[in-house]
Amino acid sequence: MTETTPARPARPAGIDPRGPRFAAGVTAVLLAVVVLLGASTAALVLLAVVALSFLLGALGGTQRTWQAWLFRSFVRPRIGPPSELEDPRPPRFAQSVGLVVTGAGVALGLAGVLAAVPWAAGIAFAAAALNAVFALCLGCEMYLLLRRLRPAAVRQ
Amino acid sequence: MESITLAGLVLATVFLGLLWRSRQGVVRAPSTAAAGVDWPARLGEIGVEPGPRATFVQLSAAVCAPCRATARVLSALADAERGVVHTELDVEAHPDLVHAAHVLRTPTVVVLDGAGTEVARSSGAMTPAQARTALAVVGGATADDETRGRTV
Repeated sequence: MTETTPARPARPAGIDPRGPRFAAGVTAVLLAVVVLLGASTAALVLLAVVALSFLLGALGGTQRTWQAWLFRSFVRPRIGPPSELEDPRPPRFAQSVGLVVTGAGVALGLAGVLAAVPWAAGIAFAAAALNAVFALCLGCEMYLLLRRLRPAAVRQ
Repeated sequence: MESITLAGLVLATVFLGLLWRSRQGVVRAPSTAAAGVDWPARLGEIGVEPGPRATFVQLSAAVCAPCRATARVLSALADAERGVVHTELDVEAHPDLVHAAHVLRTPTVVVLDGAGTEVARSSGAMTPAQARTALAVVGGATADDETRGRTV
């Protein structure tokens, strides 16, 4: 017997869970290149490209990114339909976490702190690689922790 | 220099991933910090009838992908075992309970015995085997016993 609270919001249509993981793999490779480029203008430009991809994903969901388009066009036709579908909200939330991290790196880089670029890329790389390899959504793991900080701050 | 940095980063990432995976769904001792939570009263407020044998209270979030898989595993267990109830609560709807129960991650599953006392908890995606381990902490009959099919 399973009881679900009525407060639970309706679930949107599911997406192929392999899509966001593939996208995270592509993103991780790009971020690895940023780390290799070090504190340089080339690294800043590439990090900005990744940040813009995260912006697309954060606004419209992971399905709207160019990485997802690559998955749909080239990967999915080869591997067939998924065995189950996934809620699109967790990966979309992960995109906004990626946007905050890479966006901070780009902002600092533009402000002249180029050393921040490989650092931001390194943190985002770890998150993207964990997602691609272990299906671990770091932003989702931290969600409740971050959420709990807010009401606590309001109460005091 | 940069290639050494990247190699170190990759190693650290793999280490983190393996560590995280090894801890997924592991059944652990009840939270001592949440020992004062009156679960039967809390569940009563929400309108959930606790199970006479065990109640699996799962705290979930909309942004949590492993919560779906865990809910499937636990509802299958609740269907297969008499006296076992699975209830899934949204952390957004129950912030006070989340705070009182010291829940920091989703999914977190709090296992209550028939008296409504927390006897175990688990965080992260749970496998069917881990769910059975958690139920074994409560004890009592299983579906394989001779009591099978008898109504409570």
